[in-house]
Amino acid sequence: MTTVIEKAEPADRLTPGTPLLEVRDLHVEFKTRDGVAKAVNGVNYSVAAGETLAVLGESGSGKSVTAQTIMGILDMPPGRVTAGEILYRGQDMLKMSNEQRRRIRGRKIAMIFQDALSSLNPVLSVGYQLGEMFRVHEGASKKEAKAKAVELMDRVRIPAAAQRVDDYPHQFSGGMRQRIMIAMALALQPDLIIADEPTTALDVTVQAQVMDLLAELQAEYNMGLILITHDLGVVADVADKIAVMYAGRIVETAPVHELYKNPAHPYTKGLLRSIPRLDQKGGDLYAIKGLPPNLYKVPSGCAFNPRCDAATDLCRTEIPALHQVLDKDGAELEGRRSACHLWKETLHG
Amino acid sequence: MGRYVIRRLLQMIPVFLGSTFLIFVMVHALGDPVNALFGDRAPDPVVAAQIRKQYNLDEPLWLQYLIYMGNLFRWDFGTTFNGQSVTSLLATAYPATIKLTAVAFTIEVIFGVGFGLISGLRRGGWSDNTVLIFTLIVISIPTFVTGYVLQYLVGVQWGILPATAGEDLTLESLLLPGIVLASVSLAYVARLTRTTVAENSRADFVRTAVAKGLPRRRVVLNHLLRNSLIPVVTFLGADLGALMGGALVTERIFNIHGVGFYLYQGIVRQNTATVVGFVTILIIIYLAANLLVDLLYAVLDPRIRYA
Repeated sequence: MTTVIEKAEPADRLTPGTPLLEVRDLHVEFKTRDGVAKAVNGVNYSVAAGETLAVLGESGSGKSVTAQTIMGILDMPPGRVTAGEILYRGQDMLKMSNEQRRRIRGRKIAMIFQDALSSLNPVLSVGYQLGEMFRVHEGASKKEAKAKAVELMDRVRIPAAAQRVDDYPHQFSGGMRQRIMIAMALALQPDLIIADEPTTALDVTVQAQVMDLLAELQAEYNMGLILITHDLGVVADVADKIAVMYAGRIVETAPVHELYKNPAHPYTKGLLRSIPRLDQKGGDLYAIKGLPPNLYKVPSGCAFNPRCDAATDLCRTEIPALHQVLDKDGAELEGRRSACHLWKETLHG
Repeated sequence: MGRYVIRRLLQMIPVFLGSTFLIFVMVHALGDPVNALFGDRAPDPVVAAQIRKQYNLDEPLWLQYLIYMGNLFRWDFGTTFNGQSVTSLLATAYPATIKLTAVAFTIEVIFGVGFGLISGLRRGGWSDNTVLIFTLIVISIPTFVTGYVLQYLVGVQWGILPATAGEDLTLESLLLPGIVLASVSLAYVARLTRTTVAENSRADFVRTAVAKGLPRRRVVLNHLLRNSLIPVVTFLGADLGALMGGALVTERIFNIHGVGFYLYQGIVRQNTATVVGFVTILIIIYLAANLLVDLLYAVLDPRIRYA
C-alpha cells in the first residue's frame, strides 16, 4: 500500500546510525499584510528512536512552527518554507508529494496538541475519531475500528472504556481528553510523536499523570518524542536532551541535566533563574528584562542582545554560530552547543 | 427530550389561538366582505342580510371566532362565497405547492451548500469572488424581476423550458419556477455556508484531522462540513416552512395554482374564509417547522441538551 515508505525502511536498516528525524537549517516565514515575519531562521535538531528531545522556548520562538512544518500542517500560505530539509529516515519530506506526506502523517509521525477540547471534533464520538485512524490507514471495518478504539482507550487508562467509547469529547474531563489525544497519536504505533505543549491546558496534578503516561508509552514502543514546552519543570523529568529556541533559532542544545546544572547561553541562564523556588519564598521573581523580539524586525546580530546584560558590540553586529561547547580543559562536551559569542564566559565565568 | 417536546407543543396552543384571532380581526378590518361581493352596485338589503346570516356575519366578532374555531376541530375550514369548501381548496392548492417546494428546496440545498463550500475553501480566489458577486446580485434583485426576466428569456425567447406551469405540473415545468423561488434562499445558504466553512477551516479539530493523515476529501466532508452545516441546516429548516407557505409572486408569474395563488385571490376578493383558512394552516406548518429545527439542533450537535 505504502510503497514509498516501505522503500525507505531498508535504507534505514542499512545505516543504523541515521536519526529518525533530522531537521537541517530550516527557514520558515509568514507573508502577511504587515510584512514578512521570520518565524524560523535556521533550525537544526535530530531525534533518534526512543529518545526524547525537549524544545524549549517562549511564545513566538518558532518551536510550534517548526513542529507544524515537520507535520506538514502549517497553513501555506501565509507560511512558506524558504530553505532547509526535514529528513525522515534519511528522506527529505519537503520534497515528497502531498500523498506521500499524508501517508506518513498520523501513521509514522503523530502529533499531540495542546488543547484537547478544541483539537477533538465536538460533533463526533471519541470512538469514531480514534477508529478513523484504523479505517483510513489500515482499511479496518467500522466494527474492528471501534473494538480497537476501546483497546486504545484502555491502553491510556480511561476507566470503563467500553461504555465511554460512544461519548463525545465534551463529556470527558480535561485529563481524560488529553489521554484520548495521546491514544489517537499512539494508534498506529508511530516512530515519532510530536507533543506540542501537551500538559499546558491541564491542572498541575493531572499534568504529571499525563506526562508519566506519555513517557511510559514512549519507552514501551521505543518511539522518538519531540516535546515542545515552555515549562522547565516538565522537561527535567522526561527529556534526554534539550534544544532552547529564541527568535526562530536554536540558542543552546545540551543533555538535560547538564543544561540545568550549567547553562552555556545567557538566555537559558535567565530562563532557569526565573523558575520560582521554594527557598526564595517572599522574594521577587526574576524576569528576563525586555520583551521577545518582533519577528518582523529581528534585532541585528544576536537576536537576544537587547535583553542581554553581557552584550558586546560583536553581539550587536554578528549573528553567533552554534559553537561546540568545550570544558575547562578544552575537551568537547558531547551534545553541547551554544549560539553565544561569549559562551566561554557564560559557562565557566 | 420528551418533556421538552411536550412543553413546546403546549406553548403552541396560545401562539396558535393568538395568531388565528389576530388574522381574524385583520381580515374583518379590510371592510365588509358582503359589500365587496357586490362590487360597485348597492346590494339588495334582503339578499345581503341572508348572506350575512348564512356566514354568521351578523354575530359579534368574538362569537364568529368561537364558531370558526369550533368548526376547525371538525376539520371544517369554512366555505367561500361561491360555495366551495376551503378544505377542498386546500386539497388542490397543497399538492402544487409541495411539488414546487420540493424542486426549489432541492436546488437550494445542492447549489447553496455546494457554492458555499467551494467559496469557503478557496477564500479570496476567483471562484470565491464569483460566488460572492453572483449571490449579491441575486439577493438585491426582487423575485418578480428575476421571475419575469427568466420566464421571458428561458421560457419564451429561447424556449428551453416551459414558460408557465398551469394545471399539469411536471418536473420540467416546475424547474424554472423552482429556480426563481430558490434563488434568494440559495444565495443566503451559499453565503452562510461560506462563512461557517471559512471559520471552521481554521479550527483546531480540522488541523487534527489533517495531522491524522486523513485524505483531504475526508477532512472536508466528515470534519469540516459536518460542523459547518449546523447553522445552515437551521436556516434550511426555517426556510422549508416558509416555502411550504406558498410563493405569492412566483406562483402568480408561472400560473401555478398553489397556496400563494389562492391566498392572493382570497385577499383581492376579500374572501374571508379562504384567507383565514389558509393562514391557519400556514401557522400550524410554521410552528411545526420551528419545532423540528430546534430538535434537529440536538441531533447535529451532541453538546446541546434540552431541559
